[in-house]
Amino acid sequence: MTEPNASLAHDVGKSTTSAITRWLLRLEGPQTMGRGPAFWAGAVAVLLAAILYPHFVDDWTVGNAAYFLVWTFMAMGLCVVWGYCGALSFGQTAFFGLAGYAYGVITINIGAQYGFTFLALIASMALATVFAAIIGYFMFYGRIRGVFIGIVTLSVTLVLETFMAQTAGPQWRIGDARLNGFNGMGGMPPLTIPWFGGDIMLFAGPGLCCLLLGIVVVVYLGVRMLLNAPFGSVLVAIRENPERAEMLGYDIRFYQLGAFAIGGALAGLSGVLYTAWGQYITPSSMGLTSAALPIVWVAVGGRKDLTATLVGTLLVLFAFQQLTIYGSQYALVVMGALLLFTVLVTPEGLVATVMRRFAQLFGNGARR
Amino acid sequence: MEIFLAIFAMFYQFGDAFAFLVIAAAGLAVIFGMMGIINLAHGEFIMCGAYVTAATARAGLPLPLAILCGALVAGIIGMALERTIIRHLYHRPLESIIATWGISLIATQGVLIVLGSTMSGIGTPFGSVVVGDRSYSVYRFVLMGAAVALLVGLYLLFYRTRFGVIARATIQRPQMARALGVDTRSIYGLTFGLGAALAGLAGGLYAPTMTMVPTMGSAFIVESFVTVVVGGADIFVGAAPAAAILAVIKAAMTAWYGQLFGQIGLLVTVILVIRILPGGLSTWIKHSSK
Repeated sequence: MTEPNASLAHDVGKSTTSAITRWLLRLEGPQTMGRGPAFWAGAVAVLLAAILYPHFVDDWTVGNAAYFLVWTFMAMGLCVVWGYCGALSFGQTAFFGLAGYAYGVITINIGAQYGFTFLALIASMALATVFAAIIGYFMFYGRIRGVFIGIVTLSVTLVLETFMAQTAGPQWRIGDARLNGFNGMGGMPPLTIPWFGGDIMLFAGPGLCCLLLGIVVVVYLGVRMLLNAPFGSVLVAIRENPERAEMLGYDIRFYQLGAFAIGGALAGLSGVLYTAWGQYITPSSMGLTSAALPIVWVAVGGRKDLTATLVGTLLVLFAFQQLTIYGSQYALVVMGALLLFTVLVTPEGLVATVMRRFAQLFGNGARR
Repeated sequence: MEIFLAIFAMFYQFGDAFAFLVIAAAGLAVIFGMMGIINLAHGEFIMCGAYVTAATARAGLPLPLAILCGALVAGIIGMALERTIIRHLYHRPLESIIATWGISLIATQGVLIVLGSTMSGIGTPFGSVVVGDRSYSVYRFVLMGAAVALLVGLYLLFYRTRFGVIARATIQRPQMARALGVDTRSIYGLTFGLGAALAGLAGGLYAPTMTMVPTMGSAFIVESFVTVVVGGADIFVGAAPAAAILAVIKAAMTAWYGQLFGQIGLLVTVILVIRILPGGLSTWIKHSSK
C-alpha cells in the first residue's frame, strides 16, 4: 500500500525539484549578459558591499542610496518593454504616478497597522498593472507599433499629469486623502513592518535600504529568469522581426501585452516605493522631464541587457545627483547631451559597451 | 437670433480648436509624414519661434514680419540639427525619437539658463468684437484664417511645385529618386527645415496669446501628437480631417466640462481610433475610396 504513494511522492518531489532547477538554470542564458562563477562571485561581492555599506556612512547617505534603489524597478521594467520587446514606451511614469497616488490614497484612508502598507503596495501595483494592460490592449491589439507606441504612452502620462495638477480644490478628495493639485499629496505613512512591541516604521534609512536591496535582488533575478525562459526569447524574436515571430505561430500581441503589463507593474512598484520613501508625490512625477529620465537611464545603461540597465541606472542617478548638487541648472543639459552621445556613439548603451569590451579583454566572463 | 448666437459661439469654439490643432500639428506632420521621424523637439521649435517673434516684435518689427522671422530662425536651426544629428539616425527611427528628446531637454533647460524663467510677451492685437452678449477675440479669427491658409499653402507646395514632386518622390521610393539624380540628402534636410519652420510659425502665431516660458512648447505637444496619430502616415489626406474631428470633440468636451476634459476626450479618442483604425484616418480614407 505504501509503496505506490511513496513513489508518487518521490515523483512529485523530483518534478518539483527539476522545475526549480530548470528555473534556476535560467539565471544564465542567451538573453542576459554575465555568466560563470566569476560573474556571480562579482555580483555577490557587490551585494555584500551594498549590505555592509549602511554601517559605514551616516543616515542621510543611506536614505539617499535607498532613493537610487527606488528607481531601478521602473528602469528594469522599461528594459523589458523597450530593450527586449522593442516597444519604446515614454509613459512608464504614468504607471509610476498612478501607483504612487494609489498607495497614498489607500494608506491615508486605512492606516498602517498590521503591515497593511504592504497590502497597499500590492494593491497599488495591481492597479498600475491593470491600467498598463488596458492601455497595452488598445495599443497592441490595435496593432500599432514603433513610434506610435511612444506617442500614445507619452500622451497618457502628460494627460494624467494635467489631470492631477488641477485637483487643487477641496472637492478633490478620496476619503480622507486630499489630492492637493500641483502641490502634490503628502502625509502618507512609510512602509511599516508589524513587530512585537510596536510597528517598525521604515523611514529613509538603513532598514528601508536593506528592504529595497532585497526587493532589487528578487526582482532582478526573477526578471532574469523570465527573460531566459521561452517568454524572453519570444520577446527578443518580436523585437528583431515581428512578422517573422508571428509567422512562427506566436500571438505577438499577447506577448507584447504581457511585457507591457510587467513593465507597468515594475513602474508601479517604483511609484509606491518612491511615495513611501519620501511620503510625498506630485503630479510633476508624471511630467515630461520625469518621463524622460527612465529613457535616459535605460538608453545610457544599455537597453538590451538587464544587468547593464541596472548598473547604468544607478550610475546615471548618482551622476545626476552630483550634478544637481554642484550646478543644478546644468544637470538637464548634461542629461540631454549624454542621451545624444549615447544614441550617436554607443547605440548599444555605454555600460553595455564597456561590459562587452571588458569581457573581450578578460576571456569568457560576460560574453554572449 | 438666440439660435444664431449659440451656433456662432459653437462655431467659434470649433474654429479655435481646429486652428490650434492644424497649426500645432503641421510641422510635426510634415516631418513624420515625409521622413517617418517623430520629432520630440517639436515643442522646442515652437518655443523658439515664439521667443524670436516676441523679441523682434518688441524691437519694433511689425507682427507679421516678426512671425516670419520666428519661423525662419526655427527653420534654420532645424536644418542645422538635421545636418549634425538627425541625418545619422534615419535608419533607426526609435533612436531618432530619443535623440530629438535629448535636443528638447537641452533646448528647454538652455533657454531657462540663458534667458531666465520668463520673458515679457506681446499683447494680443486687434482687440475683440461683441456678437450678441459675448465678446470674441479678433485675433482668434485671424488664427482660423491662418490655419486654412496653411493647409492650402502646404497642398500647393507639395502638389503644385517642383520641390513638392521631388520631395514626394523621395519619400515614396528613395532609391529610385536617387537613381534619377535627386539629391535625397538635401531634400531630407529641406523637409526637416520646413517642418521646423512650420513649428516656429505655430510658435509665432500663438506668441501673442501665451505666456513666454521655456516650457511653453509642451502646451502644444499632446494636441499635435494626437492629431498626427489620428491622421495617420499620409498628412495631406489624414491631418486635416483628423484635426476637424478632434476639434469637434475637443470643442464639445471643453464647452460642457472644461479644458481638462477636452484633453481627456482627445486622449480617449486617439486610443479608440488606434484600436479601430490602426493606420489612422488616411489609410482608412484611401481604402474606402478605392
